[in-house]
Amino acid sequence: MRHSIRAILAGTAAVLAAGGAQAETLRLLTWGSYAPEEVIQMFEEANPDIDVEVTYSNNEEMIAKLRATGGTGYDLAQPSHDRIYAAQVEYNIYKPLDLSKIDTSVMTPNLLEGVKANTTLDGEVYAVPHQWGTSGIMANTAEAPDATGWADLCDEKYKGRTSMRLRRTILLGTAYAMGMDPFALYDDTEAYQDMLDKVTEKLIACKDIIKTYWTGGDDLSALMLSGEVIVSETWDSTAFKIYNENQDIVFVPPETGALAWIDTFAIPRGGEADDAAYKWINFVMQPEIVQLMSASTGAIAAVPNGIDLLPEDKRAAVQAAFDEEDIANLKFFANIPPGLEDMEGIALERIKAASN
Amino acid sequence: MYDLSCERVTKNFGSFTAVDGVSLDIPSGSFFSILGPSGCGKTTLMRMIAGFETPSRGDIRIKGDSVLALPPNRRNVKMVFQHLALFPMMSVGENIAYGLRCRGDAKAEIPARVARVLDRVGLPGVEDKRIEQLSGGQKQRIAIARCMVLEPDVLLLDEPLGALDLKLREHMKIELKQLQHRFETTFLYITHDQSEALVMSDTVAVMNAGRFEQIGAPRELYENPVSGFVAGFVGDSNCLAGRIAEIRGDEALVELSGGGTVRARRGDGAGQGDAVEVFLRPEALFVGEGDPHATLDGRVDSLLFNGANSRILVQLDNGPLIEVADPGQAGRVAQDQQVRVGWDPARATCFAQRAGA
Amino acid sequence: MRNDAGKLSLILLMAPFALWIGLLIVLPQLGIGYVSLREKVGINQYEFGPGNYADFIAEPIYRNTLFRTAWMSILVTALALLVGFPVAWYIAKIARERSRAALFLLCLIPLWVSDLVRAYGWIVLLRETGVVSTVLVGAGIIAQPVEMLYNDVTVVIGLVYTVILFMIVPLVSTLQGMDDALLEAGYNLGGGRLTVFRRIIVPYAMPGIVAGCIITFMLTAGSYLTPILLGGKNSSWFTEQIYNQFITRYNWEAGATFGVLLLGFTSLVVWAGLRLTGQSLSTTVAKE
Repeated sequence: MRHSIRAILAGTAAVLAAGGAQAETLRLLTWGSYAPEEVIQMFEEANPDIDVEVTYSNNEEMIAKLRATGGTGYDLAQPSHDRIYAAQVEYNIYKPLDLSKIDTSVMTPNLLEGVKANTTLDGEVYAVPHQWGTSGIMANTAEAPDATGWADLCDEKYKGRTSMRLRRTILLGTAYAMGMDPFALYDDTEAYQDMLDKVTEKLIACKDIIKTYWTGGDDLSALMLSGEVIVSETWDSTAFKIYNENQDIVFVPPETGALAWIDTFAIPRGGEADDAAYKWINFVMQPEIVQLMSASTGAIAAVPNGIDLLPEDKRAAVQAAFDEEDIANLKFFANIPPGLEDMEGIALERIKAASN
Repeated sequence: MYDLSCERVTKNFGSFTAVDGVSLDIPSGSFFSILGPSGCGKTTLMRMIAGFETPSRGDIRIKGDSVLALPPNRRNVKMVFQHLALFPMMSVGENIAYGLRCRGDAKAEIPARVARVLDRVGLPGVEDKRIEQLSGGQKQRIAIARCMVLEPDVLLLDEPLGALDLKLREHMKIELKQLQHRFETTFLYITHDQSEALVMSDTVAVMNAGRFEQIGAPRELYENPVSGFVAGFVGDSNCLAGRIAEIRGDEALVELSGGGTVRARRGDGAGQGDAVEVFLRPEALFVGEGDPHATLDGRVDSLLFNGANSRILVQLDNGPLIEVADPGQAGRVAQDQQVRVGWDPARATCFAQRAGA
Repeated sequence: MRNDAGKLSLILLMAPFALWIGLLIVLPQLGIGYVSLREKVGINQYEFGPGNYADFIAEPIYRNTLFRTAWMSILVTALALLVGFPVAWYIAKIARERSRAALFLLCLIPLWVSDLVRAYGWIVLLRETGVVSTVLVGAGIIAQPVEMLYNDVTVVIGLVYTVILFMIVPLVSTLQGMDDALLEAGYNLGGGRLTVFRRIIVPYAMPGIVAGCIITFMLTAGSYLTPILLGGKNSSWFTEQIYNQFITRYNWEAGATFGVLLLGFTSLVVWAGLRLTGQSLSTTVAKE
């Protein structure tokens, strides 16, 4: 009897010890396709004591999830650069980065500085860049060769053949198309509301023209590839992927400037595997991993030769889409001041609820 | 004119004949029963009369007019179902008013009619009770009232006493008979319980395998059955198997399979050498010496006390166990005693062996 | 002593249920109720008060969406009853014993796949380049492909399809308990088809009808994926507003308020429906 108890205890202890030694889990909260299986495998081979768990999400849900848990449950998150400051001020969901543990030397200096500037709070930096891309429009040149900007989404001649995502990007894009500069109005709530009212009116009138609002990349791909939609708002990465399947469909940086976003690395306040998180950041910024990652995401890594590290076909798509002028004309999303998203939210709801 | 007539009514279900050329005529105001074992086709016959089944052949007439073309709700025959089928979601009053409302009676007259029929079945003032608040016997009466309020030409009753306990069943038999008198309506009652049929009916039809074996007054069936089936099914009988050894006019000498010879009236056309069964009513038997060829020896197996219905079970030396009526319970015999059992030869009847017996 | 043991076993038996109700249903509801009464006055500053409810009343979009959701849910419930009743009748009364189980199972099959997959099934069928449109064009019935998604009719059809099972199941179980003799008695006493249906079948099936209607109504009003995916640009469903408040606008206070309002309003509709049809829960759903 005594023997068996002792044996059981010993066995249990062994299991616990082994479990403890073996398992550090890195819980990633990121975008679909931002953690390809191949890269996870390579990372786990290089770091046999780390298991990677991935949860796919988007900007809004990342913040909502971290807010609900008080910043626990995940060890590394990848929100866009403009979504960090306000969320941190209001909900305190991230912890400052220890930049000494990140090899920032490989990152494109201006992107790094931009992100740092956007995400510094009380002298502490909360995020570093990972990949960037733009939002613009995508057109099927066989049927809509003349599409040049946001305004084409609401053009009567494409009635029933256009689409957009009913989120803040289209509010900003439409504002630009109407000759306004939303980022300049960020600090003037009243003027911003005025702008939103005009945009709302425009987009409600536009409801008749568009076929439907898309909600995700798969949804959008199906609409474009089936030919049901010929002009749509898009992420450039999605457009590049589609270009691969149908060369008529190209990304068109709007003449008012494509809206550029940078997806970042940020560590949630309750993260329990910081070292593993830093290891992941440094790991995926290596050139050969960048290549795999970009192949999966279609986005451009925040390294100086990011475009060159794109796979052949996507590089062609980018080069077909952007020229020097377009790159110079990029509009990087500015930090969203707290409260602004609430104003945008109600504008979006008005548009959604409007009947035509 | 008859309230209900069936003429050679036949019903086939595929290759199975449930009812086979049945004819009957029920005079106005009589209590008519169809008695038969389960599966004999009596329920099918009743459902055809109510209109829930269509006969394959034959005609059904109510008050002289054929009703075959009429749907069930246009026939003036009402039915008391086996489990009564009172509507559980309606009160007693609504149950009874249902038929009146279907018939289109003026709204104002309905409550008075409901009250009157409840009065007649002896349950005045229960209109607002819920069905589940009633006792078994009360439900029975409500089911009848629900039909009688519509003054049907014929009331069909499908073994309505089956679900009641014995005591209540005995009581309801008498009550049903009285109700029938009171309403002076023709009742067609089907049952597998011969005592129900005998007690209540003016006329009983014994049904077997889709056919009527015999139609007659209860006494006639009891005393002069026309077949072994009727003799065995109506009333209690002892039954001794044997073979006709000799025929003397309308009597036969039967050699029993267990040994011994008895005399019996010939009930049917069985001839010499045919296998037959001799039927003896318990009350025709007595302990003691009978006529020659009307006596058998045995041993008292047990004494069954049941008041006026008490019996002595006698194990015959050369045959089966038989019941002997012992109304007096005189205590003349004791268990295991050797006895002689005798009877009046006129009350022994023999019929050709029943199929399967 | 024995009594104590009995009490203890009763407590132990009820404990999981009580915990489940308490922790997973009552507590979160209380939490939601509490959050809905917090007014945000600044960054991380809250006051206690009914301001969120006032905001709801002041904003016609929310009000209208709630009414629209309730109205369409009522329509879906009515259609589900209309379509589900004959199906339930067939399964319970007409089908043979053996095929009954198979038919019932057939009704359950759609439940084996998630809402999302079912909605995508409809999308594949009904989109402009989808199966139905292509077949119709191929057969020469229509000249141009036609878009059948993104309108209210499609949303209603999709919702009816999604919830009809919850109408059929309670109906079948009540109808199965109905003795056929009741129908025959109904005819025998002089009732025509309509009378028998109206006065016997419907009252008898009322517990199932009420249960089915409450379940389908609540499920419809609370559904999210089907109206969003099939309704597309015109969906506008109240649950979507709740999602938006919680997720896109980070406004938990308003989201909680909407949640409380949805529960309250749908309960009110159910109560009104029971009153209008002269039913009560104790005589129908809770009937022994």
